[in-house]
Amino acid sequence: MTTFLRDTTTVFSREIRPSLRNPAGLLFDMGQPLLFLFLFGSLLDGAVGSSWQWFVPGILVMMCLTGPMSAGYTLLVELIGGAMERLMVTPLNRTAMLVGKSVKAMLTLLVQAVLIIVLALPLGFELHLAGVLGALAQLVVFSVGLGALSFVLAIKSAPGGTLFYVVSQSIMFPLLLLSGVLLPLETAPGWLRALGQVNPVTYVVDAQRALFAGDLANPSVLYGTAAACAVAAIGLHLGNRAMRRGV
Amino acid sequence: MIHARGLTRVFKVKKESVQAVRGIDLDVEAGQLVAFLGPNGAGKSTTLRMLTTLLPPTSGTATVAGHDVARDPAGVRARIGYVGQRNSAGEEFLVRDELVTQGRCYGLRPREAAARADELLDLLDLAPLARRLPGTLSGGQRRRLDIALGLIHRPDLLFLDEPSTGLDPKSRAEVWEHILRLREAYGTTLFLTTHYLEEADSMAERVVIIDGGRIIADGTAEQLKNDLAGDHIVITTATEREAETAVQLGGGVREGVTVRLRVAHATAALPGHLRTLDAAGVKVVTAETIRPTLDDVFLTLTGRSLTDDDIPA
Repeated sequence: MTTFLRDTTTVFSREIRPSLRNPAGLLFDMGQPLLFLFLFGSLLDGAVGSSWQWFVPGILVMMCLTGPMSAGYTLLVELIGGAMERLMVTPLNRTAMLVGKSVKAMLTLLVQAVLIIVLALPLGFELHLAGVLGALAQLVVFSVGLGALSFVLAIKSAPGGTLFYVVSQSIMFPLLLLSGVLLPLETAPGWLRALGQVNPVTYVVDAQRALFAGDLANPSVLYGTAAACAVAAIGLHLGNRAMRRGV
Repeated sequence: MIHARGLTRVFKVKKESVQAVRGIDLDVEAGQLVAFLGPNGAGKSTTLRMLTTLLPPTSGTATVAGHDVARDPAGVRARIGYVGQRNSAGEEFLVRDELVTQGRCYGLRPREAAARADELLDLLDLAPLARRLPGTLSGGQRRRLDIALGLIHRPDLLFLDEPSTGLDPKSRAEVWEHILRLREAYGTTLFLTTHYLEEADSMAERVVIIDGGRIIADGTAEQLKNDLAGDHIVITTATEREAETAVQLGGGVREGVTVRLRVAHATAALPGHLRTLDAAGVKVVTAETIRPTLDDVFLTLTGRSLTDDDIPA
């Protein structure tokens, strides 16, 4: 166990160093969510109640989808180059490799989420502390699962890499659009709503909105947490298996 | 240091199984410098990947640095260094940071890892590049960084997969200078793959030739060349009749006015051979001795030239 912790720390401190060297990169990665937040948020103001209250949780989930994808991408780059192979020949624990990378992705997401919340405050975003903490915890669980899935995708895509782009691009946008992140699905036609209902992201988005509104007792919180935990469990299981099989 | 028995690896490609390595037996003692030579696709890298625990063998066994690759991969990993074919430093990480990380991967304490990183930066003349990103290094510098990464835990055995491929002659010579220096200083056992004949010839004490997944020759470069190809004396005479006489006197194969003769030690045999011809009235116009290359050895063994296979099939 101590070697596992040591190895996780080794991987994590390796991964975090480029971000510490260049913290502005963190903001740069948030460019798209921020743009969406301010453009859509201003457009929708009034249309869905207080647009910020409705929109900020959605943007956080959106970051939760894009962040882990880029974590998978960095793994893919290391798989195509020789860095991953080099690490696989060391006694470094395979699971620790996965966990260390996930912790870094998770921490990045947390920092970005807090930044978004802080930026939305002056626009009239209401803060319900217990709800925010619950929401962030749920996001972290969800992102760990998504991160692990994107690692699996990266491992399966190496050494070519095409599969990674094809799958991540063709899955990401439908998942996002069908989850009601950007536009409410309540007014959508039945078939579209049905599609949204098989999308696990929808449940997380609904739960995030309830939590950020301070509505902790809302049943959607339970469904969202269940969806996030399920994605995390599947992701970690597959990720661990892929890592152990060797790269 | 390495003991392999019947090492075999089968790959499944589109439901067909391809035998990349077919029952290799190999023993390498501590301190040796062994070159694993063969054309592309001969099974060099696959063998290396099995010996370094990157790939489980389909059948057969291998003990590397005292540990079984299948039963105790962690034991093997802790004791060997590996320099892969591709560059092994991550693009986003500073040169020295990667070395420290590598040390931590082998369980060195932070301070030890840092000290060892600095030591290797000096040893491989990389100290001025410590705070650079790998992408800004030249090919030769990157290769030296790869070697430094493989040495961080002072392994007794270092595997190098095509260490000098893709480098210009000057960088190649530099990389070799460092490899040899390291061997002299620490007595590291070196096992490397190459498809550069001259490299195997001049650097390695022992050459193992692999083709079609099997070891087809094993010995010092000198032994292989003497046993499998042999020296030649080539003379030309003024007329074909004289050349024919030369063949009758000393043997060999005539082609026009040129006679090619295989002998054991060409440089020692040449003066005597010329005297014999001279006494018989054969006027020799030119005479030269030809030492075989490892390519001649490969040609004798397989009927193909090693250099033909540079274009991947």
